[in-house]
Amino acid sequence: MIIVKDLHKKFAGNHVLRGVNYHVHQGEKIVVVGPSGSGKSTFLRCLNLLETPTSGEIWFDGQRINDKNVNINQVRRHMGMVFQNFNLFNNLTIMDNITLAPVKLKIMKEEEAKEKALQLLARVGLTEKADAYPSSLSGGQKQRIAIVRSLAMSPKVMLFDEPTSALDPEMVGEVLEVMKELAETGMTMVVVTHEMGFAREVGTKVLFMDEGIIMEENTPSEFFSNPKSPRLQEFLSKVL
Amino acid sequence: MEWFHSVQQWFLSVQDKFYMAFIEGDRWKLYFKGLGVTLEVSLLAAVLGVVIGTILAFMKLSMRKSGKPTLLARIAGIYIDIIRGTPSVLQLLIMWFVVLKSWRSGVLVAGITFGMNSGAYVAEIVRAGILAVDKGQTEAGRSLGLNQVETMRYIVIPQAFKNILPPLGNEFIVLVKETAIVGYVALSDLTRVASQISTKTYEAFMPLIGAAVIYFIITKILSILLGILERRLRKSDNR
Repeated sequence: MIIVKDLHKKFAGNHVLRGVNYHVHQGEKIVVVGPSGSGKSTFLRCLNLLETPTSGEIWFDGQRINDKNVNINQVRRHMGMVFQNFNLFNNLTIMDNITLAPVKLKIMKEEEAKEKALQLLARVGLTEKADAYPSSLSGGQKQRIAIVRSLAMSPKVMLFDEPTSALDPEMVGEVLEVMKELAETGMTMVVVTHEMGFAREVGTKVLFMDEGIIMEENTPSEFFSNPKSPRLQEFLSKVL
Repeated sequence: MEWFHSVQQWFLSVQDKFYMAFIEGDRWKLYFKGLGVTLEVSLLAAVLGVVIGTILAFMKLSMRKSGKPTLLARIAGIYIDIIRGTPSVLQLLIMWFVVLKSWRSGVLVAGITFGMNSGAYVAEIVRAGILAVDKGQTEAGRSLGLNQVETMRYIVIPQAFKNILPPLGNEFIVLVKETAIVGYVALSDLTRVASQISTKTYEAFMPLIGAAVIYFIITKILSILLGILERRLRKSDNR
């Protein structure tokens, strides 16, 4: 579904990604872990071109998307993204946050979008917040809404950029729970996280990124019980 | 009883001066005419300033993919530099005696001059207001498939407007008072009228203080209105 070929990204002389190759298949839950500065967030942000790759290819649904002739806005409709800092639209109510893109992009009529938003809100238990503004919500609630906002576009894949890193510890669980439920529906997911429990439980593959490359890739059980590279062994000894 | 007499004298003279400054020959009408000119110039300049300022702000924000400023951004930068780097009195004189020499309407020339002047300051206000909106808001909009213009329109600008309003209100207030120099191009605005009356009556206190009070009332009303608007816009910040 997503194919990454020899992806490089440089920021003003800083070579963050040094040749990443990967293939995400339909229905997979790819969890990306690694030390900070390893390039895992940059990798994720390259997948929907929030960062423009310096070189390499990104393919989505059989189409090369880092190409001048591709309308990236069309592509992004099918790729949901959840951010570390939620990034709910502060000027809009929760309902408008969710319905803005589907309605303005003429994917749904307003009534339809609202109905869908209410269904999704019910799924995360936040129906009563529909008319509230983001500033009145807790971090965990904001992140659940952010997930709902992406889902309202009916994406084919969901990208999560450290979705629980900005949350108070007691709110991490509620967000992970929503993500687990989403995984059970068969959604294709790429998740950058520090939550090793989530990686083990939900991931179909776990990637270890360091120094701008995917250093190791394995099924969760092998990944955690039988790490091969010394860097991963060292990393796991610190975080587990 | 000596002190009583002098207090009485003082009151009488104040009454006298007030009469001379405002009542005699229906002079109060002149102040209102002057105020009319001041408000006309200010309003024209404010509208023009916001339009020019917004255009300049977006020009200055335009970036090439490489992160370098575009030609438009450079032009806007030079414009802002020149306007901010020269006295507004001179700008007014240059417009009146050189650039728009053939124009008859002083109000129009003054309005355009102050509009162009204010635009340079408004540009920086608008630019700062847009830059102050968290980059994550834009990223979230773009990640949903909204294009750059849609993201600006529905997400960034409504939020930027809240940042822009207080300094913009300040700019409007400055503008009203700045127009006090239009006397240089023979416009009878509030300040000019007051000064002319004081010359005529050989009595400066009442006309000048009177004009100052009128300016104060106008700017006070303006700041109250802006305060109301600001509170309304803050609705989404209530916790």
